[in-house]
Amino acid sequence: MSAQAAASRRVWRRFMHHRVAFVGGIVVALLLSAALFAPVLAPQDPTLLDTSVRFLAPFADPRFLLGTDELGRDTLSRLLHGGRVSLTVGLVAMATTVLTGAVIGIAAGYLGGVADTLLMRFVDTMLCFPQVFLLLVVAAFVPPTLLSISLVIGLTSWMEVSRIVRAEILNLKEQDFVAAARALGASRARIMFRELLPNAAAPILVAATLKVASAVLMESYISYLGYGVQPPLASWGNMLTNAQGYFDTVPWLAILPGIAITATVMGFNFLGDGLRDALDPRLRMDP
Amino acid sequence: MIGFLLRRLLQAVPLLIGVSIIGFGLMHLAPGGPLAVYTLNPTIQAQDIERIRVLFGLDQPVHIQYAKWASGIFTGNWGYTFFGGRPVLGVILERVPATLLLMGSALSVAIVVGLAIGVLGATRRYSVFDILATSGALVALSFPTFWFGLMAIYVFALELRWLPSGGMWELGEEGSILSLLRHLILPTLVLALVITATWSRYARSAFLEALQQDFMRTARAKGLSPRVRLLRHAFPNAAKPLIALLGVELPFLFSGALVTETIFAWPGMGRLFVDALTMKEYPILMGMMMFTAIFVIVGNLLADIAIAAIDPRVRLS
Repeated sequence: MSAQAAASRRVWRRFMHHRVAFVGGIVVALLLSAALFAPVLAPQDPTLLDTSVRFLAPFADPRFLLGTDELGRDTLSRLLHGGRVSLTVGLVAMATTVLTGAVIGIAAGYLGGVADTLLMRFVDTMLCFPQVFLLLVVAAFVPPTLLSISLVIGLTSWMEVSRIVRAEILNLKEQDFVAAARALGASRARIMFRELLPNAAAPILVAATLKVASAVLMESYISYLGYGVQPPLASWGNMLTNAQGYFDTVPWLAILPGIAITATVMGFNFLGDGLRDALDPRLRMDP
Repeated sequence: MIGFLLRRLLQAVPLLIGVSIIGFGLMHLAPGGPLAVYTLNPTIQAQDIERIRVLFGLDQPVHIQYAKWASGIFTGNWGYTFFGGRPVLGVILERVPATLLLMGSALSVAIVVGLAIGVLGATRRYSVFDILATSGALVALSFPTFWFGLMAIYVFALELRWLPSGGMWELGEEGSILSLLRHLILPTLVLALVITATWSRYARSAFLEALQQDFMRTARAKGLSPRVRLLRHAFPNAAKPLIALLGVELPFLFSGALVTETIFAWPGMGRLFVDALTMKEYPILMGMMMFTAIFVIVGNLLADIAIAAIDPRVRLS
């Protein structure tokens, strides 16, 4: 391969990576603003029943752009409001995950010794349980509110984040600025959260982006199985549960929320993957 | 090797203890405690519940209850179901073959297809194929499994009518291999999709790493053919992270199987779990948590032993 071809391949590769991340970013921005402005954008009240217009096909009636469901509710409005719910759960769950994972990771990495061993054994133990099993058991135990669902998802998925943060802290804590802070008499808490945490921001940001994707996916799983967001509040997951009953005659009711979930998860995955390439070469899938 | 085995076995002990503490704790966090299901039943009197409480030993201090329960786990007494009073371990073991069949066939598909995609991508890095495959894998990882399953049922079972939409056998054909295979195809493909995507990503990066090692240049300088270089030199080195992945992926495989079994009415452990959840069958739920966790611990142990067997550096360090 000539040097020129190699160089153009490098450019092509960067371009691809950035373009993928760029597309992901745009999808995420669109979805977030759609969720944010759902009350303004939604043409109808998402809970308004009208049995005279049940099962309208998409584009059949200008009032109901994406059709209606089994109770005559407007699908587009339900998708928009459902997205608000799904993304809220995704973001709150991500915040819980990152907070828990970062605190445990920093504590384990910086304190070391017995604390490190105990915390990391705890992480190993939690990772032995399949996440959906753990999630469903706990979700079945607590009354399903948006907050409880988010917390349950967050508290069953922080383990990888704590491992990533711990590895980063183990690297950082040997560096001079930490010794300098210690020499200046900074407390342990100050060193952990004011010195080390900001320097570990890059991998945390990447993990956070990818965690939104998995949290949205998890919300759709448990809502689909009936232990997540409860009707009449729409979420993409419980819209699919409803749609399943009329699947053979009105497939679009199941297709649309599925596309919404896939697009969201994909957007965050692409964005996270691109961020990883840009911010943290050591974590790359591509050595 | 014996030293390594002993060390590795010892490391599994705290994990088993941790898993049992979390399992036991979850059971007791259940609203109303383990006997909540009886308090909801109007035909059961308060004194009956009290009697059951004493009978099950739930009036004893927590640490004694835990010790009894944990020793039961290791001696095969996993308690009894609320409805029907059947032994929990027996109920779970009944469902294991169906789940293992589904997981095994999905994993085989995923390993073969994922490895092929990963190796092709690694050897033709940044080719059109590689870029399509890596972004395709990321897309596949974004599909909600249950939705993909529903779409597969819609296309192949409802519209094209090529394959059955669920279950394990046609009515009256129980035990027929042909019928079983027909029912196995869709759930296998649905479960395999996400795992294939993961495998192709890991296989690609494992082979890229192996291909960049110095010994690969040496092999090339010796004039070995690309085939021999790939199979005899790159493969054994790329195999290690992939065997580790096999162990690490087990919990995800169980999660995926649960969702897939629910959609396709596949009578495995996942279905048992979801049914137990609706019936508040806490003994089965906790039994399943313990069973899957122990399965994962043993799986990781076996993966580590396999890695040590092919790489002396691991067992000697």
